[in-house]
Amino acid sequence: MADECILRFENVSMHFDGDDAPALDRVSFNLMAGETIVLFGAAGAGKTVLLKLAVGLLRPVSGRILLFGRDVTELREQEWYAMRARAGILFQEGGLFDSMTIEENVSYPMLNQKLVEIAPEEVHRRVEEVLQFVGLPQTMDKFPSELSGGMRRRVGIARATVTHPKLLMYDSPTAGLDPITANRIIALLIKERELRNTASMIVTHRFQDGHMLATFRYNPQTDKVLEASPEQREKLHTRFFVMKDGRLVFEGTEEELDKSTDPYISKFTMQRV
Amino acid sequence: MFDFLKPPVLSFQEYLALAGRATQNVVRRPFYGQDVLLQMDTIGVGSIPITILIGFFSGAVMALQMSRALAQYGASGEVGKITAITLVRELGPVLTALLVAGRNASGIASELGSMKVTEQIDAMRALGTDPIKKLVTPRLIALCIMLPLLTVLADFIGLFGGYMVGVPLLRLTTGAQYWMSSYQSLEFNDLGQGLLKPFVFAYIIASVGCFFGMRTTGGTQGVGRATTQAVVVASVWIFVIDIVMTRIFLWIAT
Repeated sequence: MADECILRFENVSMHFDGDDAPALDRVSFNLMAGETIVLFGAAGAGKTVLLKLAVGLLRPVSGRILLFGRDVTELREQEWYAMRARAGILFQEGGLFDSMTIEENVSYPMLNQKLVEIAPEEVHRRVEEVLQFVGLPQTMDKFPSELSGGMRRRVGIARATVTHPKLLMYDSPTAGLDPITANRIIALLIKERELRNTASMIVTHRFQDGHMLATFRYNPQTDKVLEASPEQREKLHTRFFVMKDGRLVFEGTEEELDKSTDPYISKFTMQRV
Repeated sequence: MFDFLKPPVLSFQEYLALAGRATQNVVRRPFYGQDVLLQMDTIGVGSIPITILIGFFSGAVMALQMSRALAQYGASGEVGKITAITLVRELGPVLTALLVAGRNASGIASELGSMKVTEQIDAMRALGTDPIKKLVTPRLIALCIMLPLLTVLADFIGLFGGYMVGVPLLRLTTGAQYWMSSYQSLEFNDLGQGLLKPFVFAYIIASVGCFFGMRTTGGTQGVGRATTQAVVVASVWIFVIDIVMTRIFLWIAT
């Protein structure tokens, strides 16, 4: 793992007007290059707020956020557009543009981000390549409404990764999906993480997702995701966070998470099958 | 004590901020020409059939109403003049604007509202695009171009409606006299307000529709609420601005 800090939160708090409790309460952490953070938490714990703060879709009320080494806490919206070109995000509902075809959706960041300079003839090839990567090469001309939930999520991953960002954030990529599709999506995240050495942050409710991210690795020779040996697991650099009521209440490895006796934290490990 | 005033004042402030940024974007890169053309087609060309229909009947009913009043003074021949002045100054701009507000302020608010509640606006921001530049400004430009043109069309079709009632149906005057008196009665002041009013109304319809769309919350129910609010607020503002502009043009004319 490189020493480059991709994302840094320093005592970040967030409060929405009309709410009594803060949505995020003095949260601090570092996300290093090549590292994976798996974020657990009950609904309303502040996971999505944390992701949105990281890419400037929300502004914190206090604290400091550093993205790629730059203080982005007070960044103007216009300046954010360039910063966001280096970060990909998958939204909870996919966030696909429903009036655009899958090809238009996936090519959107390449055609609209200022910092991304890709020749127009190259765009189509890149879309084909990334849709092949997520296993949906036949969907180019379809609209999002014609695809299943799992397929839409995979298109969302394709769109988030098409410009090869150094930071990828996934908001509940497996929520509401059957176990087979969910495992397929996590396998894609593992593949993307290892092929491009991206820093990733994954919000999920399923312990299995975190377990897979911490213990499986991609084998480029066989193009399959396989269980890693104990030595290889250390190189996967996967950490687990648990959030409760806007606070980060746990930070550690899968083993430490397993050993936790806190009733709230252990609820997430009890889902293990 | 005046806490009840805070939400509307805050909303108005947010509206001004959105409208201001959308207006600034007209001269800022990148320009989304394709989106402007698409909106001109959807908003403008799509509104032509209903504009023709409303224009024709408003001109016809105006001539019908005036026929009786003018006959009392023995001035039935002036029906073209009355119809032209009423249509070009007031009925054309206001009726067309109300029609377009009903059809397009609702359409804009529901489209942007749906995008907001399904995180498409956030996705757009996250993908490095300014949603105001990409979504609001093209609609603003498209409406400001298309509404004056639709108003001109409504005016002309309205005059034709008046002609159909005044000449072949009621035989109040001759065709030549109808068109001549219509043409001669109009001054630059009338044409000025007849074209400037729809331009301002277009700005109101687009900005209000986008404003309510972009601040939608609360799922599909919220989209419905935003749509209704957009039409009501845009319609009210059309009448308010109309009286202000009419007063200004009357003051200029005197």
